[in-house]
Amino acid sequence: MAGWGLSPVLGGKTPPLQDKKMYPNTQHRPDQPVLDVSHLTYRYNGREALENITFHLHESERVAIVGPNGAGKSTLLKVVAGVLQPTSGEVNIYGSHPDKHVCIGYIPQRSQVDWNFPVTVADVVMMGRSARLGPFSWPRKKDWEFVQHALETVEIADLASRQIGQLSGGQQQRMFIARALAQESELMLMDEPLTGLDAPSQEGILNLLDRLKQERVTAMVATHDLDQAAIHFDRVMLLNHRIISFGEPRYVMHTNNLVRAYGGRLKQLDGEQVLAVDDCYDDGDHDHTH
Amino acid sequence: MTATTMGTMTTLISFLQEPLQYEFMQRGMISAVLVGIVCAVVGTYMVLRGMAFFGDALAHTILPGVALGYLVTGGAREPLFWWALGTAIVASLGIGAISKSAQIKEDTAIGIIFAGMFALGIALISTVRSYAVDLSHFLFGDVLSVSVQNLWLILIFGGIVLVVVFMLYKEFTTISFDPVLAATLRLPVDLLNNLLLVLIAVTVAVSLQTVGVALMVAMLVTPAATAYLLTDRLPRMMLLAAIFASLSGVVGLYLSYYLSIASGAAIVLTATGFFMAALGWKRVRRWLTPSPRSLSSTPSSGSRHPLP
Repeated sequence: MAGWGLSPVLGGKTPPLQDKKMYPNTQHRPDQPVLDVSHLTYRYNGREALENITFHLHESERVAIVGPNGAGKSTLLKVVAGVLQPTSGEVNIYGSHPDKHVCIGYIPQRSQVDWNFPVTVADVVMMGRSARLGPFSWPRKKDWEFVQHALETVEIADLASRQIGQLSGGQQQRMFIARALAQESELMLMDEPLTGLDAPSQEGILNLLDRLKQERVTAMVATHDLDQAAIHFDRVMLLNHRIISFGEPRYVMHTNNLVRAYGGRLKQLDGEQVLAVDDCYDDGDHDHTH
Repeated sequence: MTATTMGTMTTLISFLQEPLQYEFMQRGMISAVLVGIVCAVVGTYMVLRGMAFFGDALAHTILPGVALGYLVTGGAREPLFWWALGTAIVASLGIGAISKSAQIKEDTAIGIIFAGMFALGIALISTVRSYAVDLSHFLFGDVLSVSVQNLWLILIFGGIVLVVVFMLYKEFTTISFDPVLAATLRLPVDLLNNLLLVLIAVTVAVSLQTVGVALMVAMLVTPAATAYLLTDRLPRMMLLAAIFASLSGVVGLYLSYYLSIASGAAIVLTATGFFMAALGWKRVRRWLTPSPRSLSSTPSSGSRHPLP
C-alpha cells in the first residue's frame, strides 16, 4: 500500500518515510475499501442528524456530498474523520475504526478558522506533521522538507512565511490541502472548500483535486454547487439526513432526487430545468440551474 | 556639558540603586520578573484561546483554599503556596469540567462558582481579627514580603511550567488553533487541554504573592495582549510578552518605591500603560501608512471574522 506518495510530483526527491511503521495507520488492510460506512446513525440533542447511512469509497475516488443547509454534511465528515462518535452503526477506514488512523486529512470550513492566529503558512502545514513527530519533539530538517514539498505541490511555496490572515480565500484553501499532504493523508475530507471563492480560485482547487486523484488520494468534498458536483466528481451523494441518492452524477442529478433532497427549496422551471435555491450560499450567486 | 551628563548619570544610577539596597526590594524584583515571564508565556495561550475570564475566575476561586491554609497554619506565609497550588489545580480542573457540561451557559456557570468561592474565602478570613490587612495582601499581592524560600518555589514551579510548554509547544499550539485537526491527528486533546489548565493553575499559585488574586488576570493577559498587538508570530509573541511582563515588574516596583503606591497595583498599572502605548503606536502607524490589506484583492483577509 503505497498510499499518498509525493514522488511523482517531486521527481524522486521524496524524503524517506522509514518511521512510517511507527504509526497506527500501518494497519491498513489492502483488501478493504478506503472507507466503509454501514448503517451509521448520529443523534444529537435527541435528533437524528444522520440516519442509517451506508456506502463505501474506493481508492482515489472523488465524491461530492451535496444537500441543503443542515443536511448533515459536516457531521458526516466529522464522523468519518473519527472526531464525532456514531450513535450506532460502523465506520471503517481500510478495515479498522477511524480513531486509530492519522491518514485522514480534515479540511475545515474557512469560517471555522481564527485567521488572526499568530502562525505562518508553514507553521500551519507543519501542524499536519504533529502525529508523525510524536510528543516532546520539535520538527527536524526532514519535516521542513516535507512542508516545503507540500507547499510546492499546491503552488503557494512563496507564501510560506506569511501570516495566515494575509492569504486570499483560494490560498487559504490550498494551505489546508498542503497541511493534509504533510500529514500524508490518504483520505481527504473537505468541508465546503469552494464556498466563497471566486471562479478562478474554485478552478484552481478543482485542478488540485484532479492532481490528488493521480496521487491515489481519495477525496470526500461537501459542496453547495450542484454544477461542480456534476462535472468534477466521480460520484455524487445527495444527502438530507439520509442518503437520497448516491452514484455517478448523471444517475443522481435527476429532478426527482433533487426535489427529495431539497424539498421546498427547489423550484421546477420549464421542462427538465430545476432551480435549487440554497439560503447559505454566500457569494451572491444563489441559484444553480440544471 | 560632560559634567552635566555625568551628573545626570550619577543621579540616575543612584535613583535606580537606592531601592536595591534593601534585600526585600531585590527579592521583590526577582520574583516580579520570574512571575512575569511565566504569566506571559502561559497567558499567550490564554489570550489566543479567549480564556481571560477563566483566568480571572480561577484566581478568585483559590481564595478559600488560601484562607483555609491561613487559618490552619495560624498566619504563616510559607505554607500558603502549597494551599494555593492545591486549590488552583482542583479549581482549574473543576471549572474545566463545568465548562463542558452544557446545563447552563459556560460563563454563567463559571461566574456563579467564582463569586461563591470568593465570598467563602472572604468569610473565612473575616473570622480573624486582623483580617483587613491580611485580606488585602491576598487580594492585591505583597511582593515585598517574598522570602528566599518563596523565591525558590517560584523558580522551581515557574521553571516546570516553562519546560512543559517548551516540550509540548506544537501540541498546545495545534489544539489551540484547530481542535478538529488535533483530533484527526489522534492527539490526546482532552489530556492536553487539562494539562494546560493545570499549567495555568500552577502559574496562578506562583503569582499569588506578587500580584494577588484580584489583579492576577492582568499579569496573565495584559502583557500577552500587548505583544499580540505588535507581532503575528507565536514565538515572538511569547518573547515580547515576557519582556513586557518583566519590565512591568521592575518599573512597577520602582514606581511603588518612589510614589509609595501598592506594589501589585503599580505593576499592573505599568503593564496596562505598555498595552495602551502599544495600542496607540499601532493606531498611529496605521494612520501614517496605507494598509496593505486595502491594496490586496481579498477584503476579508486579516479581519476578525473573515467570512460570514
